[in-house]
Amino acid sequence: MRTGDQIFAGLSTGSGVLILAILAGVAAFLVVEAWPAVVAPADEVPGGAGVTVYIWPLLFGTLLSAALALLIAAPLAVAIALFITHYAPRRLAHGLGYVVDLLAAVPSIVYGLWGIAVLAPATVDAGAWLYENLGWIPLFAGPPSSTGRTMLVAALVLAVMVLPIITAVVREAFLQTPRLYEEAALALGATHWEMIKMTVLPFGRSAIIGASMLGLGRALGETMAVAMVLSVSGGVSINLISRSNPSTIAATIALDFPESTGIAVNTLIAAGLVLFAVTFVVNMLARVVINRRRDFSGADR
Amino acid sequence: MNSPRTSVQPSDLSAVLSERLFTQGSLPRYAPGVTLAAAIVVGGVLHLSGVASGLAAVAVVVLYAVAIYGWSLAVEGARKAKNRVVTTVVTAAFLLALLPLISVVITVVGNGVGRLDVEFFTYSMHGVVGEGGGVYHAIMGTLLITALATVISVPVGMLCAIYLVEYAKGKLGRAITFFVDVMTGIPSIVAGLFAYALFALIFGPGVRMGVMGAVALSVLMIPIVVRSTEEMLRLVPAELREAAYALAVPKWRTIVKVVLPTAGAGIATGVTLAIARVVGETAPLLVTVGITTGVNMNPFDDRMATLPVFAYRQFMSPGLPPEPAIDRAWTAALLLVAVVMLLNLVARLISRLFAPKARA
Repeated sequence: MRTGDQIFAGLSTGSGVLILAILAGVAAFLVVEAWPAVVAPADEVPGGAGVTVYIWPLLFGTLLSAALALLIAAPLAVAIALFITHYAPRRLAHGLGYVVDLLAAVPSIVYGLWGIAVLAPATVDAGAWLYENLGWIPLFAGPPSSTGRTMLVAALVLAVMVLPIITAVVREAFLQTPRLYEEAALALGATHWEMIKMTVLPFGRSAIIGASMLGLGRALGETMAVAMVLSVSGGVSINLISRSNPSTIAATIALDFPESTGIAVNTLIAAGLVLFAVTFVVNMLARVVINRRRDFSGADR
Repeated sequence: MNSPRTSVQPSDLSAVLSERLFTQGSLPRYAPGVTLAAAIVVGGVLHLSGVASGLAAVAVVVLYAVAIYGWSLAVEGARKAKNRVVTTVVTAAFLLALLPLISVVITVVGNGVGRLDVEFFTYSMHGVVGEGGGVYHAIMGTLLITALATVISVPVGMLCAIYLVEYAKGKLGRAITFFVDVMTGIPSIVAGLFAYALFALIFGPGVRMGVMGAVALSVLMIPIVVRSTEEMLRLVPAELREAAYALAVPKWRTIVKVVLPTAGAGIATGVTLAIARVVGETAPLLVTVGITTGVNMNPFDDRMATLPVFAYRQFMSPGLPPEPAIDRAWTAALLLVAVVMLLNLVARLISRLFAPKARA
């Protein structure tokens, strides 16, 4: 009897520790495989100017596309979460939440195909319009892409992909708003929107921040959709509607890794290590923010 | 409603004022409907006169918001008018989110249904140039690799969740919970690179094996399994455990015979959703498993084909003529979407059919 207990406790504790070991292993193995690229002479690294110069434009593209996606997705996600929790008929709310979750279920390769076949062509006219009317803003400096495979479209696809992730977390937080607060606000004569502004939004604020960072983490690491949609030329540019865009780390790995050998593989793994570090920090911050809310709401009731 | 009005003396100004404050008018119930209908009619006319359908839809929403704001402002006052505008914006945001989902489904079905024939399911791409060919090899690869990943992830994930719920105390438990959450955010391509780096150290650079893909998918799958299992185990009432302990059942048998069966449906749902989550992953398989044209049933030797990578490769490097390959890519994508949706549906069904009757 006793031994059975010990074995089982050991197994489950071991599994828990294994997870920490896997996470440490991801970092360790990436460092080991990235190291040759870091110490290699600069002219052997693809691009011929060293690892830092190789990775920096990719990191820029990664950050730019993810930030844009977040800018689009976060306000939408909050509105959708509000709609599901506080506007839709109670009986429909659950089903509607499920529909939004389905958006997260679609594989990224399918979003890639959809981005090229539907979204990119649909934005060609809009890109031309932006160039003609807002061309003086550096973001729309053009010349507009004739295929629509621009940074703007990549960001839109990313926004669609992170939308359900942000919505799910925010929705959960909005549902936990104490009923009494809401009813008190309504009893004081607040309109529906004033009630939401006074109770639901302050209560869900840290969840909104945390969820946005989770979405940011996902957008930073999203690979296939960007690899397929974005037309890449390298370099650093904030021009959102032209056909020459900086690539992202994840997309570059997906595009170049299968055909790479030798030091090029190590360079790509070094880029992957940078991506891992960035997403790791973003995700950790997000979890800290979300967990703090959980502690707070527990003490509050 | 109107009776107090007649009883108020016109000279009593404060009474009139307060009466005006408290019985301020409100829009009739049909107001939103009528306004929306009018906005849609205007939008329809715009569309017929050559405005793009997307712009016309935006025009409908803007027109509706402006009209209902103006009307409400005149009758109900600024606060209620603002409330109506916010309602419009929130509802429009939700409808906007439905657009990509509908568009994706229509596009994938429309483009993919053409090659949905028997040959597609029974042939591989071995020796196929141009028309014909199928995904039999990719289906087998996806099945094998996903099954392997499940075999790795489910025991580890479940045991870890059991540790967190039944055994964990103090710092280690908190650390594991936290890092499991962080691990759910690992980019899939990084998981693929990890598997590559791991196997490259053992087998040398350039190695490609099915099991590498399974390891990469496991890194993505384990945290999902842990999370959902943990949630389900926490729903099992403590009374059940205590009843078992009172009968002198050892802790491990209590967990295996009482706790796990009670949470069984929930855990099965979680595992199904985790499979749905990884079955469409492309990036980690692209860098670990690669692609091949023939059937390879041995996950410990050389490249394998998988559905997502197949779709990606066929679409991005279709060869000449490109059309047959692109058609195959769409049909593979359709197959993937169908599998993922089906798995989601199965998960919901499991949780609905086998859910414990008394919910916490």
